[in-house]
Amino acid sequence: MTPAAPRRAVVLGGNRIPFARSDSAYKKASNQDMLTAALDGLVERFELAGERLGDVVAGAVLKHSRDFNLTRECVLGSRLAPETPAYDIQQACGTGLEAAILVANKIALGQIEVGVAGGVDTTSDAPLALNEDLRSILLDANRERSTQGRLKQLLRVRPQHLAPAIPRNEEPRTGLSMGAHQARTAAEWGISREAQDELAMRSHLNLAAAYERGFQDDLITPYLGLERDQNLRPDSSLEKLAKLKPVFGGADGTMTAGNSTPLSDGAAVALLASEEWAKERGLTPLATFVDAETAAVDYVTGREGLLMAPAYAVPRLLERNGLTLQDFDLYEIHEAFASQVLSTLAAWEDPVFCTQRLGLKAPLGAIDRSKLNVNGSSLAAGHPFAATGGRIVAALAKALHERGGGRGLISICAAGGQGVVAILEA
Amino acid sequence: MDRYTQLVNTPVGKAVAKQVGLPKPVPLKRWVPGAKVIEGKVLVGGAPSGRLSGPICCVLADAGADVATPLRPDLRAAAAEAGLDASPWTPKASIDHRYAALVFDATGITESAQLEQLHAFFGPTIRQVGTCARVIVLGTPPGSAKKPSERVAQRALEGFTRAMGKEIGRGATVQLVYVEPGAEDAIAGTLRFFLSPRSAFVSGQVVRVGKPGGTVASDFDWEQPLAGKVALVTGASRGIGAAIASTLARDGAHVVGLDVPALEDDLKAVAEGIGGSALALDITDPDAPRAIASYLRREHRGVDVVVHNAGITRDRTLGRMDADRWNAVISVNLCSIERITDALIAGGSRAVLNAGGRIVCVSSISGIAGNAGQTNYATSKAGVIGVVNAYAPEVAKRGATINAVAPGFIETQMTAKVPLAIREAGRRMSSLSQGGLPIDVAEAIAWFASPASGGVNGNVVRVCGQSLLGA
Repeated sequence: MTPAAPRRAVVLGGNRIPFARSDSAYKKASNQDMLTAALDGLVERFELAGERLGDVVAGAVLKHSRDFNLTRECVLGSRLAPETPAYDIQQACGTGLEAAILVANKIALGQIEVGVAGGVDTTSDAPLALNEDLRSILLDANRERSTQGRLKQLLRVRPQHLAPAIPRNEEPRTGLSMGAHQARTAAEWGISREAQDELAMRSHLNLAAAYERGFQDDLITPYLGLERDQNLRPDSSLEKLAKLKPVFGGADGTMTAGNSTPLSDGAAVALLASEEWAKERGLTPLATFVDAETAAVDYVTGREGLLMAPAYAVPRLLERNGLTLQDFDLYEIHEAFASQVLSTLAAWEDPVFCTQRLGLKAPLGAIDRSKLNVNGSSLAAGHPFAATGGRIVAALAKALHERGGGRGLISICAAGGQGVVAILEA
Repeated sequence: MDRYTQLVNTPVGKAVAKQVGLPKPVPLKRWVPGAKVIEGKVLVGGAPSGRLSGPICCVLADAGADVATPLRPDLRAAAAEAGLDASPWTPKASIDHRYAALVFDATGITESAQLEQLHAFFGPTIRQVGTCARVIVLGTPPGSAKKPSERVAQRALEGFTRAMGKEIGRGATVQLVYVEPGAEDAIAGTLRFFLSPRSAFVSGQVVRVGKPGGTVASDFDWEQPLAGKVALVTGASRGIGAAIASTLARDGAHVVGLDVPALEDDLKAVAEGIGGSALALDITDPDAPRAIASYLRREHRGVDVVVHNAGITRDRTLGRMDADRWNAVISVNLCSIERITDALIAGGSRAVLNAGGRIVCVSSISGIAGNAGQTNYATSKAGVIGVVNAYAPEVAKRGATINAVAPGFIETQMTAKVPLAIREAGRRMSSLSQGGLPIDVAEAIAWFASPASGGVNGNVVRVCGQSLLGA
């Protein structure tokens, strides 16, 4: 028996809860609470109560050890049929989009008809761990056979062992925070403060406009009193952004709290299915999930910037699909930092980067900036790490459908020097 | 390394030197066979509309250098074209980096106001260079400038590079290379020499590169540039001469060492050590030029490289100097060079000096600056510069070149006999605050001798650590 030829996987829509700033509206909400809420909103919107779906794939970057089966637990807590299987993945900020790739691929291969992809993160309800020394002592005590032996081990405990291990926002192999890494890349590519602030302001204004015209109405379900993303500043201006002090790259740095994403909490999911399943349900496909690519770079030696992997993934995806960088109507480049977006665009315009690092004959060239992040992106919405992919997939699919067709590019950078990119088409 | 340099590089010595404001010589990196042309990042910049960024990038790519360039479209395109994976550079990025070399194409500077390009490029980078860094500015020879304003601006470069050489410190060197229009593809040998540790003791120099008589093959062996070549080195039995002989042999040449019969044993030892031959004769002998020419024709069917190194000193103040002292120095150091050169280039296409030959003379800083007690020596060594000037157009017709090195204070048996105070002054009164080694002179000669130096003719390059004397 030969397997069936791949078929189209389509995006039907999505749902997310508004993103909250860290230690704020969602400070008491767990990852499980938020992902379940996002799932239930999707169930509500697409009338999926009691349905058995093919897969629910999601993940969280900051995760408690008890949440080993987080997504499955969320499914069980949701109104989906308990017979819906689920699994967790984790690829840092690429988690949500990678989940969509996995769901789309199973649909394309005919292994499932419908699935949900998404992610959740909380920086408020963070998984504090036992102090590493204390953990070691407790494990040693556990290995002792006698009470006396156990006591002997436990007497090693000192007051400083009570300090917990806090999850750190730094690359294990370099000891540098993501912002410090990106500050280097920004300096290397000569990304100015003004250009970053301009991108940040447009993100806020674009997202505010998207809320105003009702674009978000069927993408968001209010949660714990929030109806809009808490980080959104509709009155953002270059003057206000210019007043902020640099937070990365030293006193001369260009990266501020305004042009870097804040720590935030939230969850997002997207619904993908086969065309047949959508038709049976009378649901309108918003966009086809065409193709995707994941890349990684050697940032440890400093040869490449930590967040530059999407710059490598995109040309490989273009090549495979016979497209140029200009063949898109909308671009969704995740704004981890404004300078990440701008460094990526600068690299694609650079003859050396494109010929020597990408192996192309000529630079990929510039994009039409008016097509970039037209409904706002992470700088305005916030960036609960694993939730960002689901937010973008649903929003881009809707935007493409809304304009009556077209092609969209998604680019998401991730910790560990990775990048996940995808093409949607309507 | 001399004792002071050793001392000043100990933790205590460093602190004392800093407090007292003593010179701070750093141990100079020197080239070892098999090493890369340059380790570390080379930052290539240039004034807009320069004509050398492409050729510079090609040389660096060929040399396997790690390069960065400013994010200017012309420079990025030049790097891409040369196949260089050059990192982008912006003034802010320099904070994190230490550069091994800064190379600047100044040929686009055609008006004095545009000299601000030098300030714009070097201002943020000059303090970002590592130990023993290399700075090379390339320009257009003022005499070849198209208009007066360009001539003025290009001439101004010399003051810039010489001043930077005195300022930069930490074993770094600074050179100005004037490249004739049309000679853009002839810069490889010179650029490699000045980038590499081979030019450790050469700083503050101005070199002209013209259109070469011949070209080098694309698969030119930079490790063995003199493979298959025959080189004559006079005064080869010891000191700088022996270093020249072994360096040319290292680069692949068969070396014919020449020295007076009294030093024949030393000479033979040197020749045997490098697989060369020994020719013992007195170059002041009236028959010497003919004997040398016929030996080279008979044994080697000619000669490719001639190094006029033999030289003597007979120091006395002029009023106390007898005629013998005067004549001996002029005869050995100057007259014999003229006579031997005449004999080797006589006969047109049948000359003993092969087509594309290289003649390298050894002048001296005394010949440029003068030196008390050395009227005879300084006269002879200034005369050597005259030899280079006079013969350069003549030999160029045959695709050959003639150049000279002018050593400053070099650590040899000869300078070891100089009284301590004068010796210390000789060492410290230079930008590099130390004496050079015989190998430093030999490396400069090997650069002149290379087939890749066809465009380098009529130059006098000082190997003096940018000595304050005669600057």
